[in-house]
Amino acid sequence: MLASCGLESADGLFAHLPEDVRLKEPLALAPGISEYEIVDYFCSRASENANGYASFLGAGVYAHYRPVMVDTVISRGEFLTSYTPYQAEISQGTLTTIFEFQTMICQLTAMDVANASMYDGSTSVPEAALMASRITGRNRVLAARTVHPEYREVLRTYARHGRLSIEEFEYAPDSGTLNLEDLEAKMDDQTAAVIIQSPNFFGIVEDAKAAAAIAHKHGALLVVVFSEAVSLGILQPPADADIVAGELQSFAIAPSYGGPYAGIIATKERFIRQMPGRLVGETLDSRGARAFCLTLATREQHIRREKATSNICTNQALIALMATVFMSVYGKQGLRELAEQNLAKTHYLANKLKRRFAGPFFNEFVASADGISPDEINRSLLKKKIIGGLALARWYPELKECVLLCATEMAKREQMDEVANAFLPAQQTT
Amino acid sequence: MTYPENFRYTKEHEWVRVEGDLGVIGITNHAQQELGDIVYVDLPKPGTLVEQGKSLGSVESVKAVSDIYSPVSGEVVEVNESLGQSPEKLNQDPHGTAWLVKIRLSVPDQLKSLLSAADYQAYVGAES
Amino acid sequence: MIGKVRSHITQNELLLFEQSSPGKKGYQLPELDVPPVDAATVLGATNVRSEIAGFPEVSEVEIIRHFTRLSTWNYAIDLGLYPLGSCTMKYNPRVNELVARLDGLAWAHPYQPEALAQGALEVMARLEAALAEITGMDAVTLQPAAGAHGELTGILLVRALLEKRGNPRKKVLIPDSAHGTNPATAAIAGYAIENIRSNERGTVDLAQLERIVDNDVAALMVTNPNTLGVFEENIKSIAEILHKKGALLYMDGANMNALVGIAKPGDFGVDVMHLNLHKTFSTPHGGGGPGSGPVAVKKILEPFLPLPRLKHVRNKWTFDYKRPRSIGRVRAFYGNFGVMVRALAYILAHGGNGLRNATVDAVLNANYLRKKLEPHFDLPYTAPNMHEVVFSDDRQAKLGVRTGDIAKRLIDYGFHPYTVSFPLIVHGALMIEPTETESKRELDLFVDAMISIAREAETDPEIVRTAPHGTRTSRVDEVTAARRPVLRWKPDEAK
Repeated sequence: MLASCGLESADGLFAHLPEDVRLKEPLALAPGISEYEIVDYFCSRASENANGYASFLGAGVYAHYRPVMVDTVISRGEFLTSYTPYQAEISQGTLTTIFEFQTMICQLTAMDVANASMYDGSTSVPEAALMASRITGRNRVLAARTVHPEYREVLRTYARHGRLSIEEFEYAPDSGTLNLEDLEAKMDDQTAAVIIQSPNFFGIVEDAKAAAAIAHKHGALLVVVFSEAVSLGILQPPADADIVAGELQSFAIAPSYGGPYAGIIATKERFIRQMPGRLVGETLDSRGARAFCLTLATREQHIRREKATSNICTNQALIALMATVFMSVYGKQGLRELAEQNLAKTHYLANKLKRRFAGPFFNEFVASADGISPDEINRSLLKKKIIGGLALARWYPELKECVLLCATEMAKREQMDEVANAFLPAQQTT
Repeated sequence: MTYPENFRYTKEHEWVRVEGDLGVIGITNHAQQELGDIVYVDLPKPGTLVEQGKSLGSVESVKAVSDIYSPVSGEVVEVNESLGQSPEKLNQDPHGTAWLVKIRLSVPDQLKSLLSAADYQAYVGAES
Repeated sequence: MIGKVRSHITQNELLLFEQSSPGKKGYQLPELDVPPVDAATVLGATNVRSEIAGFPEVSEVEIIRHFTRLSTWNYAIDLGLYPLGSCTMKYNPRVNELVARLDGLAWAHPYQPEALAQGALEVMARLEAALAEITGMDAVTLQPAAGAHGELTGILLVRALLEKRGNPRKKVLIPDSAHGTNPATAAIAGYAIENIRSNERGTVDLAQLERIVDNDVAALMVTNPNTLGVFEENIKSIAEILHKKGALLYMDGANMNALVGIAKPGDFGVDVMHLNLHKTFSTPHGGGGPGSGPVAVKKILEPFLPLPRLKHVRNKWTFDYKRPRSIGRVRAFYGNFGVMVRALAYILAHGGNGLRNATVDAVLNANYLRKKLEPHFDLPYTAPNMHEVVFSDDRQAKLGVRTGDIAKRLIDYGFHPYTVSFPLIVHGALMIEPTETESKRELDLFVDAMISIAREAETDPEIVRTAPHGTRTSRVDEVTAARRPVLRWKPDEAK
């Protein structure tokens, strides 16, 4: 092959590079290792993480059982190693599953259209805010303090250098729900969007209808965010929202220390052309058979460049496919039953503890520690190979004696009894 | 398709014809040929003020977007709503039923500086 | 004559909703070990939904058949070459899939105590160090979720540094050969874009650059080698011109597959760059994602990196949140950890020499294709190319056959098309990147196919213009899809 290129050695391939740019030394990396050694390396790393622990952490990442079918499907080479479906004739597998995905998200969220996924829930929030800004022509965003703290941080990073200004409004201290008076007081006619999360970071279900009324009265849009997708199996969908942004990690996406996940943006028909991200549409091929293709691409970066609705190029196709398989496995009845189990497990645990907030909750709640600190509680639980809830002092100094606990369908009764015990002050070993 | 004599044209391939104190604006046959199948038109709302030479909206094919530059200055008084449902009209009848907007002219003299049908014909003839 | 392809049966398959039947289940949940609760009572009746209308109800076997049949309608790297330019469609090693699924890694919660996450933190630290060595840069963040996200992070870093110096400046320069994410990113970061024309070699025109770099320019975003596969031979001078005026050099690392082990961006004046783990580092494309877009920087930008940063304290890894100059978070948690595991596995497998060999093979393969195809396709830029090569459809266009048609006809020969109509500086572009994965045999089959199509353009152009002919789906009507978008399934009565 070198001969065909008229070269005598491989070095000839790089002879045209400036001499002072070409490396003279090899890369200072360990020599290549065998497959066995690679597996061994990662098994050692995996053993240095928690193994065989029960966990009551939620806070945006949820421990739900992953049906075996999910990895079976996504491990097929035709899904795993295929490219973005720009060539519709040889990507109908991917395109069809994305169309099904878009449909199911609409069914779950009661929106008219959903995109083929965003990077994750956290980045969907600034994308939704920018979308609302484009639609209304306004630059101010009001975000509830009960939206996931890290989602709000990401929103601020994106806003800092664009035209958006972000302000926050409070939650009501007794119920843990939105403080609607505070929201009303902070609204003005420059507000593009009100952003709330439901269930919120404390696990509490919000009154989206009331928030929508306030937002719409001032000509702003309502963005409803969700981080626990299983909640949509039982809760009323956010039909009052103009834009829904959310995280699908709960749908068979491994927690994987923070990523990769898949977010979505879903919205009403009239806002379609302001949506970011890929969209798959139904059409016909030249023989009149049903086919799917990427569409409305003129919103996107490869065509509109600096005027695009977003700079996003990827969609989390393989991750979205995991969610699609999960949704098929559970289906209409299963997602409901799964949600009901989550509800039952969490309420069992909550009834044994002192709850900080009175509002209705799904599978997460805030427990007050009395006479014992959250750190002590979690330390004692670790001794029993249980990872306790999230100490809230990190983001809510006013809740420094509180812990955010999540019990999914994978939580066992005995484990929950241990957690409840750990909250008892000056506990002797039982 | 010929270029109507009573229209005025721009080098960016827009046309304008006078209807009383209004200017009716559209894109030329040459433009729609270059764009290919048109899928969407983004137009301003009535009441919007537009300036000669500045973008008043855009027209899209599957793979491209083109700005529409206003040939004249004024206020948008009417928008061709039928293009929302049937953007393909722009390919079929760009000089007639697929007009884009009607503008109340603020500087009618601007029309004098635009190209005549003959000049425009020569311009696109030279281009292709 | 079409050596690679034989027709075979691919089944039809309805959508999940179209084969649903009330009561069908694919799941079984365990019995509850706690008392059930009444949803309406604990949540309030108005908060409880009625059924999820239209949601699928199918059995497990229907699910496996559905997705298996659909998968057979896809092309994939596992089936053959993807000559897509700047996508680096290399083989996705399967050991990566195994290690990413190890329980201790896959089930790690980002908020679990650091003492119980040392394995994950060690993986991240090792990858950061490897990427810093490969790029010749001083510090790396793994937080961005994809290439475009990395670009945004990079430009925000530039902005933060310039703000600290007193003036964030107003514009970013972008070559007309750039990928669309570059200008889109700069716009989100609050910069105006100014295009800079490529010269007749296809590279950045130094004289023009010298003229337009002033105190309003924050940075130049360059891809190196560029989207023609050509190395910017004046890159050091480019960096000097920018630095002299207090501007920075951003490098889009999409084409790193041409440089790993051969040259380090840190050595030729790059201040900040992003990498695409799903390109250069073999993590699977998965039909469109996930990706991962780490950003590597010189010391001057290190204080501004997204938080948290990894720190080694008393022999343990920990996250450092005390970063007052940080631009903040660009996403929740720490990055696409699952993708990082795969990229690190790839790096460990190759080692320094292996990575260099991969680069050599990638560049050799692209040069081989150039030599073989040059007699048949127009080559608009004749500078030496590295890992990819760009032809134009000039010769065939005279016969009424365009790059899009040639691409579609390539499908009939058993290949995925190359990148069509990009970069924009080449009219009717055919952008081809084989990667090191491909053997001479596969490349020769590709060459044969392309030459055959070039001949068909002369003898039977219609067969090219109406291709593909052998696929389950023929050319789709993208126009109607855009004019009257149908973006979800609806039950018949609702249509």
